[in-house]
Amino acid sequence: MAIRINGQEVAAPQDARVSLLDLLREQLHLTGTKVGCNQGACGACTVLVDGARVLSCLTLAAQADGRSVTTIEGLGSAEAPHPLQSAFIAHDGFQCGYCTPGQICAAAAMLREIAAGVPSYVTADLTAPALPTRDEIRERMSGNLCRCGAHNGIVDAILRVAEEQAA
Amino acid sequence: MNPVTYHRAASVAQALESSAAPGHRLLGGGTNLVDLMRKGIERPTGLIDVTQLSETIALAEDGSLLVGAAARNSAVAAHPLVRSRTPMLARAILAGASAQVRNMATIGGNLMQRTRCLYFQDEAGSRCNKRDPGSGCDAYGGFNRYHAVIGGSPACIAVHPSDMCVALAAFDARVRVAGASGTRAIALVDFHRLPGDRPDLETLLEPGEVIEAVEIPAFAGPSAYRKVRDRASYAFALVSVAAGLVIEEGRVADIRIAFGGIAPKPWRAFRAEAALRGAAVTQAAIDAAMAAEFADAAPLPGNAFKIDLAGRTLSALLAELSGSDR
Repeated sequence: MAIRINGQEVAAPQDARVSLLDLLREQLHLTGTKVGCNQGACGACTVLVDGARVLSCLTLAAQADGRSVTTIEGLGSAEAPHPLQSAFIAHDGFQCGYCTPGQICAAAAMLREIAAGVPSYVTADLTAPALPTRDEIRERMSGNLCRCGAHNGIVDAILRVAEEQAA
Repeated sequence: MNPVTYHRAASVAQALESSAAPGHRLLGGGTNLVDLMRKGIERPTGLIDVTQLSETIALAEDGSLLVGAAARNSAVAAHPLVRSRTPMLARAILAGASAQVRNMATIGGNLMQRTRCLYFQDEAGSRCNKRDPGSGCDAYGGFNRYHAVIGGSPACIAVHPSDMCVALAAFDARVRVAGASGTRAIALVDFHRLPGDRPDLETLLEPGEVIEAVEIPAFAGPSAYRKVRDRASYAFALVSVAAGLVIEEGRVADIRIAFGGIAPKPWRAFRAEAALRGAAVTQAAIDAAMAAEFADAAPLPGNAFKIDLAGRTLSALLAELSGSDR
């Protein structure tokens, strides 16, 4: 087996202690994914595993064996940015930028969750499809902290992309 | 982190075989175990990944909902059967952690997660009878805002952190467990132990046993979950309440109440339920029920507010369920 990372097959590490985060950064030099708290509290290390947003700091690389991982490098580039990357720039969705890759990976998955009808704690009617409102986005993005306090810009950027997708 | 081996179990039989080895632990999503391994609080020598076991969510013949232990929290909360039949369970799961953690965490792992007591988590600087039996408890005279007001002991006042288990306790859920000599079912309300003088023993699960599934019986009335915390999202409960209510001719025909954030285990409020059954849902009846439920409470200066907060949260939730808040 192997881990498919942004389309490239990579062997799982021999040492089972290696986290997916450390594999990405230290061995593959995919440094877009950031080390924040390293204990599951901040969301800076968010990546997508088989399309679902997860914390790479609390995922052992061995657990990702046989699965497909997408990091911020796999979502977009300077030449061809992801719509969320462009919207974060347009709406000042960051200041220092350290939490941004995790925010954007989380937001990309979150918009797909809303489109698939996945509810959140603030969804009033659990049997009806949720809409990408400001309150929904704030609740659904609560696993990604921004110490600079750019949360309002982050929500604006995500709302903009949600509106574009709905149009 | 100590060196550790990693294997995936393809079946319950394989998981049982591998988990019998000394020092081996079952690994679900890893959101709690990997964190505690990095902190040096958990030191397994072998990990058996059980996320390949059943993640089925389906109705059983008796109408109860059967959820495989490997089902992810997010999959359970989003499942149409859970959302329509047991909204309190969906809401409780959605109240817990963050979307990333819920995508990783399994139902079996949720049952087995350990307390977030800061003194338990602080391996380097704090005494903890749960982590190091007999060493003492720094929470008792320390910062105990997040600690138990009922069910604790002088040895330990750590609370059980799960939101999901509070809903499962209210619904009379059963934990189906496989062992070397067959399978057994444990009522969720019995699954977690009170600390007494052995806070290091947390569940009735025996070494070598594997959680296969959780069964959730149907409940006839509406149900809801409400969580009060220090910030609006991604925080553990100060107090949470799961409740289900059936009113017939103005009186309580059936009621389920369980509290989170106040006790070392998901706290099913049997005394409060008994006091309210047959009564009209009035503030006086709720006050009397709360007084009965918390007669044995042992609040501390930092957390005594939780008893009033639990009562007010219960009142609000019962008003919501009986439609009288509209």
